[in-house]
Amino acid sequence: MKVLVAVKRVVDHHVKVRVLVDGSDVDVASAKMSVNPFDEIAVEEAVRLREAGLASEVLVVSCGVAACQDTLRAALAMGADRAVRVETDVALQPLAVARLLHALCLREQPGLVICGKQAIDDDAAQTGQMLAALLGWPQATNASRVTLTGGRVEVECGIDGGTEVLSLSLPAVLTTDLRLNEPRYASLPGMMKAKKKPLDTVTPAQLGVDVTPGLRTVRVAEPPVREPGVRVASVEQLLACLCGEGGALRGALP
Amino acid sequence: MKALVIAEHDNEALQAGTLNTVTAALQMADEVDLLVAGHGCAAVAAQAARVAGVTRVLHCEAPHYGEQLAEPLAALVCGIASGYTHLVAPAGVSGRNLMPRVAATLGVSQISGIVRVDAGDTFTRPIYAGNALATVQALDSRIVLTVRATAFAPAGGGAPVPVEPLAPAPDPALSRRLSRTLAGGDRPDLASARVVVSGGRALGSAENFGALLEPLAGCMGAALGASRAAVDAGYAGNDCQVGQTGRVVAPDLYIAVGISGAIQHLAGMKDSKVIVAINSDPDAPIFGVADYALVADLFDAVPALTHALKSRCIPP
Repeated sequence: MKVLVAVKRVVDHHVKVRVLVDGSDVDVASAKMSVNPFDEIAVEEAVRLREAGLASEVLVVSCGVAACQDTLRAALAMGADRAVRVETDVALQPLAVARLLHALCLREQPGLVICGKQAIDDDAAQTGQMLAALLGWPQATNASRVTLTGGRVEVECGIDGGTEVLSLSLPAVLTTDLRLNEPRYASLPGMMKAKKKPLDTVTPAQLGVDVTPGLRTVRVAEPPVREPGVRVASVEQLLACLCGEGGALRGALP
Repeated sequence: MKALVIAEHDNEALQAGTLNTVTAALQMADEVDLLVAGHGCAAVAAQAARVAGVTRVLHCEAPHYGEQLAEPLAALVCGIASGYTHLVAPAGVSGRNLMPRVAATLGVSQISGIVRVDAGDTFTRPIYAGNALATVQALDSRIVLTVRATAFAPAGGGAPVPVEPLAPAPDPALSRRLSRTLAGGDRPDLASARVVVSGGRALGSAENFGALLEPLAGCMGAALGASRAAVDAGYAGNDCQVGQTGRVVAPDLYIAVGISGAIQHLAGMKDSKVIVAINSDPDAPIFGVADYALVADLFDAVPALTHALKSRCIPP
């Protein structure tokens, strides 16, 4: 069984982004870029499935500019076997990415697709579910445990206030939670090997996909800033503030 | 302009976020229908019929809707989508699972976690862990979105509106639920609690986390939250995580104990009405958003606070 993993190049999670003065977007021109952390977890899970003999090949896909090759090489260095970059300089939205992945799935016929549950730039959390819809496959989001068993996949998913275990028929699309695994660091031999692994490039046109955005960004703004608070010197003073006139705990206690 | 709100529920009661979502839907459309799809959920439909502002409730009963799985629900919603301009759900795990599937099936974009309705086709949502707010206009003829409940007031109660039965769509039978484990116990849910007590890595162990924070939360009827660091260290369950990739909360009072305040955590709580931070590091970023900052050793301050609360604020 082939496993396809989608990886996105995003601003590193340590970078605090700034909004451009013209309000058109955030300033990412000089920011450090990394693999979306949830996608690293997806790569790790796929590589573990192959190492356990449950998957035959791990194919990683990234959609975007030439620099996405770095993202794909990082995934190859972790142990993925082969990479495809969909070449475009359009700022892709989740539906467009899902359509590109859909076209690639029809070509590659994977038995399982793993995506990160969200990208930490647009925080949309849509691509995996959209891909599942286009393929007509089942989906499980926020996966914290994945078990392949008897031609199905059992997935423990994080839900509001707890967890649930789903059983999906295969092929299926999963999205990863932070708790699924701890991604390995690429080894030096891994990085050397990654340079020799196949990395193909296709265009949206070759895949027959229209990537025109369905959403127009009107503006991007700084969030409102909270008024500075006060330092309290003691627990007593804190309580006086909370329980006093207009305090947050006034009349709120059981 | 007519909106369909997909109710979030557990076949027994509406989840509170549905009420806030109705408020948001009424800002984008003139008419709002509420879809209650489930199994044995007549009580939820009756409850939904008394939500102010709703025109009618569509009640769909079938065993395959009982577990709120995305595949059958999306098929149902897509089947009736042509009657609506907007398809709207709360941005909880359930809505975030469902709505992208609905949107892609309809061939339209989806907008996640809106915090403001700017116009019928234009909405504002946080990006980059809340470090920026993007205002986006939907260019598609049908608009699919999820609503961050904490950004809208809950709809009130009203005179009951008609509940109309809706025929179920076929079960795609792609997935099934084997089990479900809810943590919580008798503690209120994070999303709806008026007070949240949250702990970070400085608690040092799962034992300390429980021993210090549970009594404090208990005497205020508060929900328990945690930073990602505390969850990763195993001090608290995954479902407690507050932040960009966990739960987003906005209670009346948020007490952050031993949490340094990474931007990913702030993204999940900075809209709380009042924020208290207790931390021994005077330079901790959490103090940048705190209304009340107490620089203290949490192992002294938290028991003192619990003790004082028990003796002082409880009404006679």
